[in-house]
Amino acid sequence: MRLMSNPLSQLDSIEADLISRVCHGEHKAFEELVRPYERLVYVTAISVLRNSADAEEVAQEAVLKAFSKLSSFRAECKFSTWLVQITYNEARMKLRKDRRHLYESVDDPQQGKEGDYWPKDFADWRLIPSELLENDQVRKALQNAINSLDDMYREVVNLRDIQSLSIKETATILGIPETSVKTRLRRARLLLRDALAPGMDGLWHTGHPYQKVRPW
Amino acid sequence: MATIEISCVEVWREISDYVDADISAELRLRMEAHFKVCAHCSAVLDGMRNVVGLIADGRLFQMPEGFNKRLYSKINLSE
Repeated sequence: MRLMSNPLSQLDSIEADLISRVCHGEHKAFEELVRPYERLVYVTAISVLRNSADAEEVAQEAVLKAFSKLSSFRAECKFSTWLVQITYNEARMKLRKDRRHLYESVDDPQQGKEGDYWPKDFADWRLIPSELLENDQVRKALQNAINSLDDMYREVVNLRDIQSLSIKETATILGIPETSVKTRLRRARLLLRDALAPGMDGLWHTGHPYQKVRPW
Repeated sequence: MATIEISCVEVWREISDYVDADISAELRLRMEAHFKVCAHCSAVLDGMRNVVGLIADGRLFQMPEGFNKRLYSKINLSE
């Protein structure tokens, strides 16, 4: 098979077989190929568009595009990387067409976006149980903090920290050097920590009522 | 062996790579020594680890119900 004969192929054999079957007309195999990455597609789309309805629309468009372009996929990267790239492009196009400024940035305009960002305070944030994510308010606070990041930081957080892709994969998808991924990631994580950590507004300490003292 | 001290600013510059275990052993030792004596940087480290741990959790962004079925709605997969 052509895809497997490429020594640089990053495909595993199951995916290569599924792609070959789809390209030979067995369209049903496409669903099996994409199924492990459905969440990846959705989270990628929502991280750019920040609302569920738009994310779903873009996810459907991205999957359609991947289906129609599958025969041009050359396995120079993983199939999942290629699929995420398509989703990103679709989501960015949608955003450009339909830009909404609903969110204010947590980023500080006083600090250069490519320069260093340093912590603003040092409130203690002891380790907390992940069960807190069962709490809607906690989830919402995290989502809002991520949504409040500028695009360039949110994209890196999405790929690296939400989807657990490597620095290299993140750099490939975004078309930026790995050093830029690391710099943006550092800033994004510090911004998120600053946004969420200081006392956590009492939110993170079980038994205390949530008191909203931050603007999001 | 004595550990060469490292400043808070240097720690902040490297802290994200530290969380990712993407730094040299020598730098890791210097940072660990710093965290032991600097409450501010320890707080930043704990907070960053919490952020990274929480947002990596699959429950943060859940797919809408029925998303999987609708995802392929624009493609004719029956051929």
